[in-house]
Amino acid sequence: MTLDASSLQMVKPERRLKRSDRSPLASIGLHAALVVASLVAVFPVFWVLVTSFKPDARAVETSPQLFNESSLDNYTRILGGEKGAFLTWFGNSVLIALLTTVIAVFLSATTGYAASRFRFPGKRSLLMSFLVVQMFPFAVLIVPLYNILIALGLQGSSIGLVLVYCTTAVPFCTYMLKGYFDTIPTDIDEAGRVDGLSPFGVFWRLVMPLAKPGLAVTSFYAFLTAWGEVAFASAFLSAADESKTLAVGLQVFVQQNRTEWGHLAAASILVAIPAVIVFYLVQRFLVTGLSSGAVKG
Amino acid sequence: MRRFLERHWYAYAMVLPVVVVIAVLVLYPLAQGVFFTFTNINEANIANPVLDRPASYEGVGFKNYLNVLSGDASYGAFWSTLVRTLIWTFGCVFFHYTIGLGLALLLNRQVKGRTLYRVLLILPWAVPAFISAFAWKYMFNAQYGIINQLLRAVGLPDPVWLGQSDWALFAVIVVNVWLGTPFMMVALLGGLQSIPGDLYEAAEVDGATPWQRFRHVTLPGLRSVSSTVVLLGIIWTFNMFPVIYLIAGPNPNTRILVTYAFERFFSGASRDYAVASTYGVLILSVLLVFATVYRRALRKQGEVW
Repeated sequence: MTLDASSLQMVKPERRLKRSDRSPLASIGLHAALVVASLVAVFPVFWVLVTSFKPDARAVETSPQLFNESSLDNYTRILGGEKGAFLTWFGNSVLIALLTTVIAVFLSATTGYAASRFRFPGKRSLLMSFLVVQMFPFAVLIVPLYNILIALGLQGSSIGLVLVYCTTAVPFCTYMLKGYFDTIPTDIDEAGRVDGLSPFGVFWRLVMPLAKPGLAVTSFYAFLTAWGEVAFASAFLSAADESKTLAVGLQVFVQQNRTEWGHLAAASILVAIPAVIVFYLVQRFLVTGLSSGAVKG
Repeated sequence: MRRFLERHWYAYAMVLPVVVVIAVLVLYPLAQGVFFTFTNINEANIANPVLDRPASYEGVGFKNYLNVLSGDASYGAFWSTLVRTLIWTFGCVFFHYTIGLGLALLLNRQVKGRTLYRVLLILPWAVPAFISAFAWKYMFNAQYGIINQLLRAVGLPDPVWLGQSDWALFAVIVVNVWLGTPFMMVALLGGLQSIPGDLYEAAEVDGATPWQRFRHVTLPGLRSVSSTVVLLGIIWTFNMFPVIYLIAGPNPNTRILVTYAFERFFSGASRDYAVASTYGVLILSVLLVFATVYRRALRKQGEVW
């Protein structure tokens, strides 16, 4: 024990020394690189924010300024419904994204758990098929899917779209969660079984709470998949204004020869807010959740 | 059979919902889509339940494949589009990976404000892709875009980015690199953190230079992470549709296989489902061949995957 403690003490100061050992020049270089990268990452979003306060006519001036007759007019007009049923689209998108997240995460958690804990015939081909499903171009699926949704009576409805999004989200989420469940020791399962829990009880009551980082990342992924999808949404939702999602509805601002940039920017900010909130809630789990997940294969 | 079911009951019950959904919504549509490629189906002859019109398309054998593979311009010039798709895919994934790895290495050090940097750097991932596409389209505008403003201010030429030239392809690659780097960065950062620190210490004791440590400790430690994310990245980028479609529209200079399939599907009065599906099947075949070769190459290097 004493040996352990002393060797630990030996290591710690040495390590700290190494950190501060970095020359000031290297430190400056490191921070400079990170600052430049962060600026590049943030600038487009910042620029949309700046533009969102400008009137459409000022947004297309050839010498851009930070403020140019800026006001909240764009926002009030969009939220007031002058530019299409924005709040209805917003509601549709929220509903579709939340349903997709809940269903996709639940399905991929059960599947990922089964793939992580049980050996069963067909497991390998199941995991392989998830990879292959990612390769499917929607162009080949879109007509048949449309027919199926009609046959199921789900064409033009949110539920149909939720199911379609699940097929894109579930394979990747399953991969991630399987990897995450692999890092949770099986002793926990065995202890639960000894205490009389069913296999499903073990999964639901013991493993799920431990898998929070993994679940956070998969929720984030599933939410974003549904929140930002354009192609299926424009193909499958009926043309009626009130069933559109945001991704489809926002295209009213982009007309053939002229784009209402000020309004589009304001609407974009409103759309980005929920995604950024979800992102902020899960971001501290992102690295751990993702690293032990899909990326280990 | 009974014992078999008894033993695997739980596993199958947990997997079943996903299998059913995927079978109904992916495999069956795929089979039907493959069938469509042997017909001349389009908007005019597809069954239309609304108009109560029965289907009247006919089988045409391999005609669609012959037309597309001939590389004829009226069928999307398949081969040159394929080359452009490959430039797009490998260009994007190369920069995703190298920039992502570079940033992950920086973030993996002890830096002040690391959490803040990380949040800012992941931000492009959190913004919905169609929003980013609009933002970049605005910034790339030739007259009032901020990018050309900056170029003019420092006296550089200001090209028409999204016009009928290869600048458009360059521009969409820039946007997609911006969009896709955070995912790679986060994945690789996780990979870096899972490399045991003793390996570096041991290497240092043995007198390895920083480059040697990177080459012989970091890169091998990232092997399994990298092989998965690169494969996923290639598959995703190959089929990446919204970025190109929303930024450049139906511009032949940015046309990749999947956007052409979509153009064929949606634009024009005819809505040529048959050719769109043919493109879809060809995309899938290219990716399947690629994934098989990729896995085989990995296995040769002794990767169990």
